[in-house]
Amino acid sequence: MESLFIEHEHITWHLACEVQDIPVDGGACVLVEGRQVAIYNFARRGEWYATDNECPHRQQMALSRGMIGSQNDEPKVACPFHKKTFSLRSGKCLNDDSYQIATYPVTVKDGYVYLGMD
Amino acid sequence: MNTNTNRQVVVIGNGMVGYKFCEKLVAKQKNERRFALTVFGEEPRVAYDRVHLSAYFDGKTADDLTLAPQEWYAENDITLYLTDPVVDIDRERKEVRSHHGVVVPYDYLILATGSGAFVPAVAGVEKDGVFVYRTIEDLELIQSYARQTRNGPARRGAILGGGLLGLEAAKALLDLGMEETHVVEFAPRLMPRQIDEAGSGVLQRQLESLGLTIHLSKSTQEITGDDVITGMQFADGSHVDVDMLIISAGIRPRDELAKSAGLDTHPRGGILVDNFLQTSDPAIFAVGECAVAHHMIYGLVAPGYEMAEVVAARLMGEEKEFRPYDMSTKLKLIGTDVGSFGDPFAAEPACRTIVYENKAKGVYKRINVSADGKELLGGILVGDAEQYNMLLQTCKNRTILPPDPEDLILGSRGGEGAGTGATAGGVMGLPDDALICSCEAVTKVQLCQQIADNGHNTIDALKKSTKACTGCGGCTPMVKDLIQAVMKQQGLYVRNVICEHLEYSRQELIDLVKINSLKTYSDVLDALGKGDGCEVCKPAVASVLASLWNENILENGHATIQDSNDRFLANLQKGGTYSVVPRIPGGEITPDKLIVIGQVAKKYGLYTKITGGQRIDLFGAHVGDLPQIWEELITAGFESGHAYGKSLRTVKSCVGSTWCRYGVQDSVSFAVEVEERYKGIRSPHKLKSGVSGCIRECAEAQSKDFGIIATEKGWNLYVGGNGGSKPQHAQLLAADVDKETCIRLIDRFLMFYIKTADPLARTATWLTKMEGGIKYLKAVIVDDVLGIAADLERDMQRLVDTFKCEWKEVVDNPELRKRFTHFVNVPDQKDPSIQFESLRGQKRAKEWA
Repeated sequence: MESLFIEHEHITWHLACEVQDIPVDGGACVLVEGRQVAIYNFARRGEWYATDNECPHRQQMALSRGMIGSQNDEPKVACPFHKKTFSLRSGKCLNDDSYQIATYPVTVKDGYVYLGMD
Repeated sequence: MNTNTNRQVVVIGNGMVGYKFCEKLVAKQKNERRFALTVFGEEPRVAYDRVHLSAYFDGKTADDLTLAPQEWYAENDITLYLTDPVVDIDRERKEVRSHHGVVVPYDYLILATGSGAFVPAVAGVEKDGVFVYRTIEDLELIQSYARQTRNGPARRGAILGGGLLGLEAAKALLDLGMEETHVVEFAPRLMPRQIDEAGSGVLQRQLESLGLTIHLSKSTQEITGDDVITGMQFADGSHVDVDMLIISAGIRPRDELAKSAGLDTHPRGGILVDNFLQTSDPAIFAVGECAVAHHMIYGLVAPGYEMAEVVAARLMGEEKEFRPYDMSTKLKLIGTDVGSFGDPFAAEPACRTIVYENKAKGVYKRINVSADGKELLGGILVGDAEQYNMLLQTCKNRTILPPDPEDLILGSRGGEGAGTGATAGGVMGLPDDALICSCEAVTKVQLCQQIADNGHNTIDALKKSTKACTGCGGCTPMVKDLIQAVMKQQGLYVRNVICEHLEYSRQELIDLVKINSLKTYSDVLDALGKGDGCEVCKPAVASVLASLWNENILENGHATIQDSNDRFLANLQKGGTYSVVPRIPGGEITPDKLIVIGQVAKKYGLYTKITGGQRIDLFGAHVGDLPQIWEELITAGFESGHAYGKSLRTVKSCVGSTWCRYGVQDSVSFAVEVEERYKGIRSPHKLKSGVSGCIRECAEAQSKDFGIIATEKGWNLYVGGNGGSKPQHAQLLAADVDKETCIRLIDRFLMFYIKTADPLARTATWLTKMEGGIKYLKAVIVDDVLGIAADLERDMQRLVDTFKCEWKEVVDNPELRKRFTHFVNVPDQKDPSIQFESLRGQKRAKEWA
């Protein structure tokens, strides 16, 4: 897919996919710059999130297929493999301190989803 | 430790109560030792459990019956003399002298000499082959004599005495394999101290059915035989021939030592003591069956232990006295429960007596209720003593009775709460000082504290910390209830709500979703919950929605609330690929279909394996290949096997009467029919089933959630079985029913499970936790006591009628197909991180790090 670059506060925005590619209140995986990134359309909260697609627990490329939700208002995703849950804001694992994932800024414009990456 | 500074306590007798006294005193002076202990025992072994003596013939060894090993005495600095009875007490010099000449001074002397068997003055009791039943030595003598009398092994035995101990002895004779066992009782009924004539009648029939011959109102005149017993002659002229006789006609307190020491004794035997168990010499106490307190001899272990506690406490300076003790008792006599509590014989007009008798089942229950109907005075249970503990507590705590006191023994008819007795709140409804373990005098509040404050929430932990359940064990079920109830109070055990977002049980949720016609997860959360949901409530709601409305689980926003496997209608496996299981109903498949599976597997590079459920699993499918794989399978006539869902897997079958020379019914056809009927239905957890064509049970139906076994007359339906980590046999729900009835019952059973089980509770767990268990389930499913059977059948029929193969719907729907891809921005590219290794000519997932 053709990449579209938008400069914004030192973040390079990459076109990731169309809005309709990401299921409502769920996630899907995109390949951007050779990296697997999970993008979530948290429609219930009116928020979009993006994280690594890989769950660091067993190095499985699966977080995009996980269920999203909240824990005391902290938005989170649960890995479909062993239900490790990660904050969508901080990437911190909420049920095992030894894991952390990267999160990415997301923005939506004109029906397209953009991902902020270096 | 320097024992010279300690005062001396000497215990005469190392029976159960003597030992208990030592244990109590040791415990009480753990921090500050005030007394040195010396114990004299007449028997060659340390104190053992006499209550369960008959277990000795049941395979238990003398060691098993030991209360504490000999080392325990040494560890606690107790000087122990066995096989050495005290023969003299010198009260002037305050010392005792033993048979072997050991002289020990005492400051306090404890007489725990117990009792001997009372042998009535019948001519011939001295003959060979006549025994008493009191000690392990007695049992050894009985055993060796029974094996080899002068005329070979004993074939006919008799017990003189039909009381509690006599019936225990009768069990011993049965265990020894006697062809005839006679129980001879002078009174007109069995267990005259505990039960009434009607109860005795029921007990008698039970015992007779086990091979005992009962003789009541029999006065034994003579034991016949030259020097060896050959029979018993009764005053009414009748006679029985026996090879051996055990006399168990009562107990005689061992007061001879006390008598010769000049202590006051009762004219009919027993050492007189006051409320503090002190004899006429203040330095000497008597405890257990040798003592006469409150004008009686307490011939049970629990009051004996209480006496030990009182004396140990008083020696340590505590205020305590021995009060008239409840003689309630419950025991299993040769497999028959007998319970007697409070005043079992209270009679009208002072009270109202309620009696329930079921001759067919061998059950007799009687309760005596105060004339004003408010209190339970006592009662008798024979054949079914399940309610004993609750009744005893109701009686002891003078709990106000419900308006229909007959519910106490009949159970409140209608299911819920049956058997929990008077106190509506169950065990938690009892007052704090209710005595739960009467052997060890442990109260409810003591147990609750240990459970709540110290986390002792297992029977073993409570045995250690409180000693409850270590005596007769009769309180164990109540202690279990107490553990559950306390933990429930603390929110530890039964967390019935789904999660922080939906504070309802699954059962409540299903009703609310139905009543409010909620069709999507968002609707449910908006109407009933809070927050944004999570991985716990989403699949739970998904299951509820599917069970109610049966819509495709990937449409209408349902996809993202599905758990890992349902989300892609396949099983997520190590490495991120999926496995595919086509439905093979009943495990029956044509060669053509087998070939198709092989072709598909080859084309998409899949590892194939036969599953435990008689199907074929195809592993290693990329998510993007799933729709094409299914398109080919569906074209060949396959349907989804729902291996990914919390739904019916396979209905395993054996080949049955179509081929098997033993089969009595066509199990394969029935399995196919059952599988076709329930396929695709979502439930709280997965469902497995099996149909066996005969009693050999090759389909292992009894390990399934619902299993069917062919009989000559029809089918037996079993439910609630489980394999896995906690195997559990299914229980019989209905026997010899025809196919239609069987299906109807399964409809009801499954729907009832779907509507009432917690999320992820298999039927086995659900049934185990169900109050009333299989009896209750039968009442609901078979007898329809709740009047819901028609609804259950109708709801099930609707699910059956609305079945669609969800894979076919995906294959035919381009929008849904599009979701089956790894990268949404490069749909044709597969996940490059997926790696395989080779194994025996196929592939396997790369091991994760």
